Amino acid sequence: MTDLTSLGVREIRDGVANGAFSAVEVAEAFNAAVAAAAQLNAFIVTTPDHALEAAKKVDADRAAGKELGKMAGVPIGMKDLFATKHVQTTAASHILEGFKPEYESTVSQKLWDAGAGMLGKLNLDQFAMGSSNETSYFGDVANPWRRNDGGNAKLAPGGSSGGSSAAVAARIAPAATGTDTGGSIRQPAAFTGISGIKPTYGRCSRWGIVAFASSLDQAGPMARSVEDCAIMLEAMAGFDPKDSTSLELDVPAWAESLNADLKGKRVGIPREYRMDGTDEEILKSWDDGIAWLKDAGAEVVDISLPHTKYALPAYYIVAPAEASSNLARYDGVRYGLRDLPEKAGLQDMYAATRAAGFGDEVKRRILIGTYVLSAGFYDAYYTQAMKVRTLIQRDFEAAWEKCDFVLAPTTPTAAFPLGDKLDDPLAMYLNDVFSVPASLAGLPAMSVPAGLNKDGLPLGLQIVGPAFDEQAVLNAGLAIEQRAGFTAKPEKWW
Amino acid sequence: MSVTREEVAKIASLARINVDEKDLDHMVPEFNNILAWVEQLGEVDTSSVEPMTAVIEQKLRLRDDVVDADPLTGGGKRDAILANAPVAEHGFFGVPKVIE
Repeated sequence: MTDLTSLGVREIRDGVANGAFSAVEVAEAFNAAVAAAAQLNAFIVTTPDHALEAAKKVDADRAAGKELGKMAGVPIGMKDLFATKHVQTTAASHILEGFKPEYESTVSQKLWDAGAGMLGKLNLDQFAMGSSNETSYFGDVANPWRRNDGGNAKLAPGGSSGGSSAAVAARIAPAATGTDTGGSIRQPAAFTGISGIKPTYGRCSRWGIVAFASSLDQAGPMARSVEDCAIMLEAMAGFDPKDSTSLELDVPAWAESLNADLKGKRVGIPREYRMDGTDEEILKSWDDGIAWLKDAGAEVVDISLPHTKYALPAYYIVAPAEASSNLARYDGVRYGLRDLPEKAGLQDMYAATRAAGFGDEVKRRILIGTYVLSAGFYDAYYTQAMKVRTLIQRDFEAAWEKCDFVLAPTTPTAAFPLGDKLDDPLAMYLNDVFSVPASLAGLPAMSVPAGLNKDGLPLGLQIVGPAFDEQAVLNAGLAIEQRAGFTAKPEKWW
Repeated sequence: MSVTREEVAKIASLARINVDEKDLDHMVPEFNNILAWVEQLGEVDTSSVEPMTAVIEQKLRLRDDVVDADPLTGGGKRDAILANAPVAEHGFFGVPKVIE
């Protein structure tokens, strides 16, 4: 019998639908794989019963001849940033440890309605702030990939969706949810040799997702193929009146419309992304990607996104500003941790609770955000950053006159060892240099595996499309996937 | 522009986060590094640019003006709202005494 944990979303769904195996068999196989992979620390809590109950329902529905959902029988990992009813939801923070929401996030509810089950809540950078999954209160996540030098140094799985990327790459989940504020789906996908797409801002409801930077946060799927991402994104997306920025648009049939024939399409190659100091192997994989898209019929055009170099500093004003406001709610009154020193008043309780409950990176961003929004500095920092954001969006609008989508590297390097950049916040922030511009402009963007570098580590390629055109992004991703022939997987050590 | 130790302490106090002397030892240089780096935005000529207000143009919707228009976010949820409170008494959130 096939090893069920080697299968992806479509294979599982179709296999369950045609009776090749039952949903319960799939859930049991993945529950066992999750239980055996504790060394990766990908999950904060596991929920084998949730996966099993969902599977039983799918099997019963099938037996009764009922129509099955898009994700029927597929057990997934849920990033621990999504509120899940009566299941601990922490955002990988101490301040929310023990918090069990009384409600279900829109995106997770949609996945359950589509027949998916939950293997557990996946580890992440605390409040999704980080690029290596090292800011989690619940410990580092290990990348299942290791360098081919025979050493066993643990590498970062990327972040913030590091539990998601590690679980999918390690085949302990066929797919997982991620969220992307400045690259938190794409960068970890690139670091672990999987695919992931951040849709247009507003496609997926933010309701029930722990807020980091509300004008940037978007949920999306992470899986091992472009088609699996398309199927899962269809299940996650859709209008939600409970999110004021939810797009009032129908969800296209992305998976059914996948088409890797790019004749008549123009791929833009932004010259500003060829930055000094970028890894030679990253540049080589970019050239490979250009050749693959040409082979798929696309015309290659040189484009300019002149404000690229200002995207990252603008992001590190806008995102902390929004975070400082969003995270004001953690005060020790309504939920989560309370630290009440002897004889403390209300204000002392707030300050003690927040000092004890937030990690260093979260505090750093709250302080930066508080500063750039404070009287006297607001215009110089925040208003200027929001003007630069307008310019970055205009850069892309001008680019769409010349091309249908953009191809670029996802990250400036392959996965780095845990601990490598921990003492240097700025070096860590630079991980997102290629992913942040699309976030600031609200555009759909995806990472797909391109190949391995000389250390045996995966590299990703990024495709960015115009707003609402996830199909263009997925189609180009499929063209690359078919030509890259990426079949490598991490050797099991956990 | 750079900030002093006292200014970082003041910002932390505005953000309601206790910091001690040891925290400030590493926070102040980190803070100044980040500020020095974001200040490159000052090079950009934005004199004829409006700050972004919405990343995707949208009309703000109004919901129906009725009680419990959406049962998930409507009223009658007292016990659910208090379920995760560190201290809840008599149907209210409990906090330290604020008026002597």
